Amino acid sequence: MTVTDHLTEADIEEFGHELDRIRDEVIANRGESDARYIRRVIAVQRGLEVGGRTVLFVAFLPPAWLAGTAMLATAKILENMEIGHNVLHGQWDWMRDPEIHSTTWEWDSASPAEQWKHSHNYIHHTYTNVLGKDRDIGYSAMRVSPRQPWHPVYLAQPFYNLALAAFFEWGIAIYDAELERAWRGEKSWNETLRQLRGVVRKARRQVVKDYVAFPLLAGPAFLPVLLANLTANAARNIWAHTIIFCGHFPDGAEFFTAEQIEGETRGGWYVRQVLGSANIDGSPFLHIMSGNLSHQIEHHLFPDLPSNRYPELAPRVRDLCQRYGLPYTTGSLIRQTARVWKRIVELALPGPKSQPAGVASARPEPVSAAAV
Amino acid sequence: MLGTEAPRDILIVDRKAEYPAETDVDKVMWVAMPRKTVSMTSLSVDVSTGIDAENAERIPSPSIGRRLFALASWLTTPLLPDDYLELVDPLWSSRGLRGRVEAVRPETGDAVTLVIRPGPGWNGHQAGQYVPVGVDVDGVRHWRTYSLTSAPEHPDGCITVTVKVVPGGGVSPYLAHRIRAGTVLRLGPAQGRFVLPRPLVSRLLFLTAGSGITPVMGMLRSLAARGEMPDAVLVHCAPTADDVIFGAELRGLAVRFPSLRLYERHTRVDAGDPHRGRLTMAQLSIICPDHAEREVWACGPRAMLDDAEAHWRHAGIAGRLHVERFHPVRPAVVSGGGAGGGGRVRFVGSGREADADGGTPLLTVGEAAGVLMPSGCRMGICHSCVTPLVSGRVRDLRTGREHGDEGELIQTCVSAAAGDVEIDL
Ligand SMILES: Cc1cc2nc3c(=O)[nH]c(=O)nc-3n(C[C@H](O)[C@H](O)[C@H](O)COP(=O)(O)OP(=O)(O)OC[C@H]3O[C@@H](n4cnc5c(N)ncnc54)[C@H](O)[C@@H]3O)c2cc1C
Ligand code: FES
Repeated sequence: MTVTDHLTEADIEEFGHELDRIRDEVIANRGESDARYIRRVIAVQRGLEVGGRTVLFVAFLPPAWLAGTAMLATAKILENMEIGHNVLHGQWDWMRDPEIHSTTWEWDSASPAEQWKHSHNYIHHTYTNVLGKDRDIGYSAMRVSPRQPWHPVYLAQPFYNLALAAFFEWGIAIYDAELERAWRGEKSWNETLRQLRGVVRKARRQVVKDYVAFPLLAGPAFLPVLLANLTANAARNIWAHTIIFCGHFPDGAEFFTAEQIEGETRGGWYVRQVLGSANIDGSPFLHIMSGNLSHQIEHHLFPDLPSNRYPELAPRVRDLCQRYGLPYTTGSLIRQTARVWKRIVELALPGPKSQPAGVASARPEPVSAAAV
Repeated sequence: MLGTEAPRDILIVDRKAEYPAETDVDKVMWVAMPRKTVSMTSLSVDVSTGIDAENAERIPSPSIGRRLFALASWLTTPLLPDDYLELVDPLWSSRGLRGRVEAVRPETGDAVTLVIRPGPGWNGHQAGQYVPVGVDVDGVRHWRTYSLTSAPEHPDGCITVTVKVVPGGGVSPYLAHRIRAGTVLRLGPAQGRFVLPRPLVSRLLFLTAGSGITPVMGMLRSLAARGEMPDAVLVHCAPTADDVIFGAELRGLAVRFPSLRLYERHTRVDAGDPHRGRLTMAQLSIICPDHAEREVWACGPRAMLDDAEAHWRHAGIAGRLHVERFHPVRPAVVSGGGAGGGGRVRFVGSGREADADGGTPLLTVGEAAGVLMPSGCRMGICHSCVTPLVSGRVRDLRTGREHGDEGELIQTCVSAAAGDVEIDL
């Protein structure tokens, strides 16, 4: 890894210790105000959802349709991102409240929480951006690193990425069942089918709720409500897709090979999380709506610390990276999204020529990257 | 119902024997661990299904309500209707009993009474019983048990508990000094067998000290409310007259009911008084010469209760003594215990694992590992923490006894790992 060539093993360990200290500090002082924060977000989200669905009862009036759909979409985004994703990470388990706990939470997504927790919390967060291990790299369907060998099917990836954006929750649900692993015989079909049945059972309720029950209840507003729910779900899907792709796949985020992480220490793991993630700059509103995944770097360093703490950790992590000469990739939402799409379009085509382990040298200087 | 059973042995070593009806235990767990966690195992096998149906089954209302609930849950999936009702009033939850603190009344310098309005799931209590209370201190949920000090006949539907500060304690200082009216608490159902028999026996003795007056206060208030005070003697110890919780009310009752005799011992005043200091059983014989003929309810510090148990046992009338302990029978083996053992603990339902030494209760181990551990008294008394053992053996920290069969219900608060252990949480 060329970007880390200037660091000795001892440097990397010290970098890890500094991060451990930050982590311990947060754990020591998390308390009532954090608990109040998550409860407030949950209350706002539920209020918005109830409000949105209520307004939609008169969805045949265009302003009501717009307002209701916007409220519902906002509620759905909050539910998946700032609440669901983070609760399922165990960020709030320390409260010991059975109603806000990773082992009991279920979210408004086609993916059953239990399956998602395995594929996301374990596989993706442990093997972040390790080729052949982290299945989240291009979701096993896209070429997002030049080190993935090219195949003609990738020519279509800009298009199917668009489709994936619109149907993101479904993509994730099917992806969590690891069909490609069953196909390769690494996993039994029995297990895979069992998981898919779980998805179907869960998804059935979601579908009935959004596309049958509420439209029927609205009577004459059946069609507008159906459309509103469809729009809210699509908006949530596209938003989640955008944020998540910005987290790992823009230019600047690094990929690794399985050999590179052999015998990796805790310090090395921390370094990989920094190199493999990218932040999004923006307002507090953007941070909440992204589930604080706009602080993807901090999230990957401390996946189980409460998300409301990431903003205060970000300047410290950034400062630390600067001191150790490590890149800290960040940029505005527009810029990062453009970088993601640029990469997806470029890598749809064959090449660039497969490079040695030092691909990163094509990237801007670490320090200038930190200043982006 | 409970009180009419044959008197039980005063030696409280393993209270499991006191819970022959498994339903009691189920009920306790149900409340201490609201919602999906109850069915953790089925959850991990099949997360996406059954959640709503299961919860629908747990609504303690007739089947029409149940069906409505199941229907409504199609509109709230993956959440429950409760999750939205709660926004209107937090007490409206079928997922676990709650209560709102209506008032906080100081009793003595270090004891307060909380007046609590329980939610609709409250099934009442018998005088002398206690209630598990779940409270968030610095954002973290803690469970403790407190004796009910209100009479079941309390007209406004509120219940009261009276908390004495244990200095340095995790919960009691918060309840005594920081909690405000309006706070919503989690509650468990009233439980415990420290209750008066029906029909009432003719002669009673209450032997209490410090905060141990609480369950007896509930009994006296109940008797007074019904206007049927039998021949009763209350012997109560506290450091000074001002430290007597409910002092004025107790003295008033003794005046109002001639059949109630009150003896207060102030252990720290009247330097010259031979009755100063800890009450001995010999002195009790003088204070209440016919104590051996009375049915006795005793609650107080460990030393006093140990004395009383030894005394009644020697007299061969152990069956007359009913004891309520606020502490474990024996002090728990200190952490890191010389008992040896310890091992890897796997929490099967949540998939978490942790290393445990042979002296740390599995309850603490699980909490540190982020597992949702049901709990109540944390000292082996209330059985809120019982959990099936999947494999391995555990050591009872009170007795040092090693035990463990597959499926055995263990109390995690007084069990430590004796080797590798798997438990069903
Ligand atoms: C059935 C039952 C009924 C109870 N009823 C009441 C009641 O009506 N009123 C009441 O005030 N308490 C009552 N208790 C005690 C109560 O449940 C708590 O244990 C107590 O409030 C201390 O909690 P804490 O969190 O402050 O202390 P913890 O943080 O649990 O303990 C701190 C330290 O204090 C010690 N300790 C715990 N309890 C006591 C105690 N009672 N006296 C001295 N040291 C102690 C512990 O061993 C520990 O070392 C009852 C307990 C039981 C089991
Ligand atoms: S918590 Fe009360 S017996 Fe374990």
